[in-house]
Amino acid sequence: METRHLEADVLVIGGGTAGPIAAIKAKAKNPQLKVLLLDKANVKRAGAIAEGMDSVNNAIVPGFATPEQYVKEITIANDGIVNQAAINAYAVRSYAMIRELDEWGVKFEKDETGDYAVKKVHHLGAYVLPMPEGYDVKKVIFRQLRKHGVQVSNRLVTTRLLVGEGGRVAGAMALDSRSGEFVVIRAKAVVLCTGAAGRLGLPSSGYLFGTYENPTNAGDGYSMAYHAGAELSGLECFQINPLIKDYNGPACAYVTGPFGGYTVNAKGERFIKSDYWSGQMMLEFWRELEGGNGPVFLKLDHLADETVTRIENVLHITERPTRGRFHEGRGTDYRSDLVEMHISEIGLCGGHSASGVWVDEHARTTVPGLYAAGDLCNVAHNYMLGAMVYGQIAGEDAVDFIAGKDFAGFDEDQVALERQRVFAPLLRADGLPPTQVEYKLRRMVNDYLQPPKVTRKMEIGLQRFAEIRADLAQLKANNPHELMRAMEVYAILDCAELAAQASLYRTESRWGLYHYRVEYEGRNDAEWFAFVQVKKGADGRPHCFKRAVPAYLYPIDASERDAYDRLRFEEPATV
Amino acid sequence: MSVLVNQNVVSVIVDHDKCIAGKGCRVCIDVCPTDILALDQEDGKVKMVYDECWYCLPCEHDCPTKAIHVEIPYLLR
Repeated sequence: METRHLEADVLVIGGGTAGPIAAIKAKAKNPQLKVLLLDKANVKRAGAIAEGMDSVNNAIVPGFATPEQYVKEITIANDGIVNQAAINAYAVRSYAMIRELDEWGVKFEKDETGDYAVKKVHHLGAYVLPMPEGYDVKKVIFRQLRKHGVQVSNRLVTTRLLVGEGGRVAGAMALDSRSGEFVVIRAKAVVLCTGAAGRLGLPSSGYLFGTYENPTNAGDGYSMAYHAGAELSGLECFQINPLIKDYNGPACAYVTGPFGGYTVNAKGERFIKSDYWSGQMMLEFWRELEGGNGPVFLKLDHLADETVTRIENVLHITERPTRGRFHEGRGTDYRSDLVEMHISEIGLCGGHSASGVWVDEHARTTVPGLYAAGDLCNVAHNYMLGAMVYGQIAGEDAVDFIAGKDFAGFDEDQVALERQRVFAPLLRADGLPPTQVEYKLRRMVNDYLQPPKVTRKMEIGLQRFAEIRADLAQLKANNPHELMRAMEVYAILDCAELAAQASLYRTESRWGLYHYRVEYEGRNDAEWFAFVQVKKGADGRPHCFKRAVPAYLYPIDASERDAYDRLRFEEPATV
Repeated sequence: MSVLVNQNVVSVIVDHDKCIAGKGCRVCIDVCPTDILALDQEDGKVKMVYDECWYCLPCEHDCPTKAIHVEIPYLLR
């Protein structure tokens, strides 16, 4: 249990999608700086896009869409609770990022004339740019990391941020999950890119690692930002996705929709007009599943054989390449069989819903020198390309922030306390296995937090979470790997408590299923047209409060406001 | 407090005739996001040591000798 000391001008935590771009852009802006990129896995294959991505969900390509259209669509899709300046900061950089990735070697679908082949999947506009050969995105980005001279360190599990004088970030502390070393990293600025809180709910299979999100994304960043004093936002706006039943892959509207695939109920009827993932769509999906019209299926059996082959060549190769193996095991063929769908476990994710660490349009959190980007930050519906653009914004802004600054001084007690917390499960003679505590915690998350949200259930859930918190003093790890899992349980528990607190605080329903409170039906704009923030109080407990929605850059017309509430077909559309 | 050792079906299958970990290859061990693969000191081959597989396939795709086949974990099949 040696302690290793590292220093960096800019420390980027998380080597998935946003992190590498943050590191590349910081280094490109000032090649003299020492930029260090950490990952708890291996940057080459880390994060949500380890096996690539099948499409860009939010491409803003001139001729197909404008930043104004996109910002308005996301504003409507997110029931008005957005900082349009933050969405717009992505929108105006979207096309330049596509062009840059294209130059680096990422392949996007183009038509015969060489123009990007954008498809319409969203309710209102056209923003989906397929990447049928998108399996090598990570390799392309890794080459750029090398080229720019970014330092990379793998298998470092960051557990807490160091907070320095004036509340400024001073670095981070990590556990080497191979050697068991404790690592203290001083940094002038830190960019957190640790992804979603994907191990919050338990998949219905009961398999801890069968999550929609890459299971390395246990919510570490949410927990670290919270303990460093940052504001988190929208944690009541859960991530819930329509997936293949028992498999963690999307069904998937973005890929199959443009080819003619769609969702049907048990009667073979279409019930939603747009398969774009929104809380409103998920509510209709849930109603169909639970209301006697389920199961719900993805229907492709009406498509021509060669069309299905084209779909398979995307869906079975990129992003979730074991999908074909799963179908084969169950004897499912898209040509003749409907694919049973279900809803995923709950999670927190800025990129898919809007639950994340609060950032402004410069990717700045409320802690000086601390940035967040990607699924961890609360910029709604940002997805892969938004993660990259926010990585860019964070990396470049961090370079400006540290200009003329030295490392922040910090109280060494933080290091001693964190060492003690991290190594306690290893030093204990015996105790509870981390995976068993995790199983119980996540099963309770399902029982008490899964929408529809009920006040009494969430209150009981908080009691159970408090009991599990007491159990953490009995966690036992036998080696550094198990110690990593033990530390992840701490993060998952923080996320569960914060999600419950934020959900109890907002006494209305919003974002369809994501925050459906049965005792408070419907939107209540008079009281709740605001962000719900949560922050660690002076008493060490979570405190919820409202933050006003900034004035819109692009006003939403009253006739457009509720467009996402009209997703259901009025009459069953028998096809 | 005493604990049981659980039995779980392995989902990462390693072909011992093809695996060259004994010659120093560590590709699959390095790329696994959940770090569940390890060198078996006894036979010099790679094996799955934690039931924490995301069945994501970097191990299978990056293996230089195509020694790995990943199955869907039993609970999901």
